[in-house]
Amino acid sequence: MDAPLPAKPRPNIDPVSRGFWENCRRGVLSVQRCDDCGNTHYPGTPVCPACLSSRQSWAPVSGRGTLVSWVRFHRAYWDSFRADLPYLVCLVRLEEGPLMLSNFAGEAPDEPPIGAAVEAAFDKVDDELTLPKFRVAV
Amino acid sequence: MSDYTHLKDCIAVVGVGNTAYGNFPDRDDYGLGAEAFRNALADCGLEKNKVDGLLVCRIPYYARMGEILGLSPRWTVPLPPHGRMSAMGIIEAAAALEAGLCDYAALIYANIGRSRRVNYGGEESPGVWDPFGFTSPGAAHALMFQQHRAKYGTTTRQLAEVSVAFRHHACLNPDAVMKQPISIDDHEAARPIVEPLRLLDYCLINDGAVCIILTTKERARDLKKRPIMISGIGAREAFETASIANYDPECWYHQARDVGRQVYGMAGVGPSDVDTLMCYDNFSPTVLFSLEGLGFCERGEAGGFVEGGALKVGGRLPTNTDGGHLSNSYMQGWALNVEAVRQLRGECGARQVEGAEVAQFCAITPCSRSIIYTRG
Repeated sequence: MDAPLPAKPRPNIDPVSRGFWENCRRGVLSVQRCDDCGNTHYPGTPVCPACLSSRQSWAPVSGRGTLVSWVRFHRAYWDSFRADLPYLVCLVRLEEGPLMLSNFAGEAPDEPPIGAAVEAAFDKVDDELTLPKFRVAV
Repeated sequence: MSDYTHLKDCIAVVGVGNTAYGNFPDRDDYGLGAEAFRNALADCGLEKNKVDGLLVCRIPYYARMGEILGLSPRWTVPLPPHGRMSAMGIIEAAAALEAGLCDYAALIYANIGRSRRVNYGGEESPGVWDPFGFTSPGAAHALMFQQHRAKYGTTTRQLAEVSVAFRHHACLNPDAVMKQPISIDDHEAARPIVEPLRLLDYCLINDGAVCIILTTKERARDLKKRPIMISGIGAREAFETASIANYDPECWYHQARDVGRQVYGMAGVGPSDVDTLMCYDNFSPTVLFSLEGLGFCERGEAGGFVEGGALKVGGRLPTNTDGGHLSNSYMQGWALNVEAVRQLRGECGARQVEGAEVAQFCAITPCSRSIIYTRG
């Protein structure tokens, strides 16, 4: 019998990022928003990069965005991704502003059109972890 | 902004040295650094004990380096093993020399990444995007080139011109790691790593060390070689997308523009006066971004600019005449600064740019820097 596949890297869930990953488990995409000045950003930060306030929340976003770029990995930097080769990573600009790297949900398009509208989809890995992915909007 | 331009032509590079480049499993960072230091001292004829400033980069422990070299400096700076540090370190040392914090500064860089099997991705450099399989600086450059391609129609055959020109130079450089010429077709046929980039778009990973010795213009006169002056410097960071390491949504265009304004303004020259460019090339696309941001061509036109061997010695802008990181040695910018000095001294043999008087180093990265060197 084959050895079990090594596990893929998991997000580092800490006091700053916990709200994001809890929202993902409920199928909600969110970005960090400063309660004082309204600055929105991702990944989360311990203080607001604009006004340095410590009062920030994970605010749900529409899940809509634009495909900024994408690449196709032909090298496995982790053994756990070897079976996926070649695999795509997409870079999305959410309509609320922040950038997110992710993968395409489901079957990845061959040559995804840069500038295309995309929307979030959620990929449940296990009970603890759901990853936000994106599909080209139809 | 306070004015620093009085530093123009105040500080000189007086000594440069390097080791052989390759795979040296039986050596370590300190031994390589010491050899480069010894070579740089011999290059300028400076007595070792005159060195009272020490800047180290990618050396595990600065104090151990000082112990090995028998130095008791009054100015010491350790820098992390990031590629963008070379001109940052040279500028810091120039400011320290001008302020009188030291009289002679030795800047030592060593890299033992080849024999220690450094990967630059995966578990070595954990990041927030790991669950999606995104890692490595090369992937960030692939993202940026993909955008450049979509927006401006830049082709991978144009990108290949960068790798082909630098390999040509490496074949003229006895120190260089890579010795086989390559063609545009070789570039196109190389195995993909993170598409759209292929193996020949990636820098080497090799062992080696470099040392640069700086002092003031006045002290430089007493040393062996013609001093090479720091005539211009420019600097601007881009930290806003640091979580996507080595990525900028505008390919650092705005930072490079700012750096260009500073460096050319201080040196009193423009891109058309640059006889040879030493351009940080961890991945080939950054050369295109650098050419555009510094104003060697218009934005979006670097693909056309580099066509037809423009970056080769004898071309319109001889660039990375030692072969760069792609084909000479992955000395993270330090060897490119040495090459600028050697070009202005006329020491480059088969790869010499005839009559070179103005040499520019640039690293267009999250910490963009440029230095213009001229003959003293």
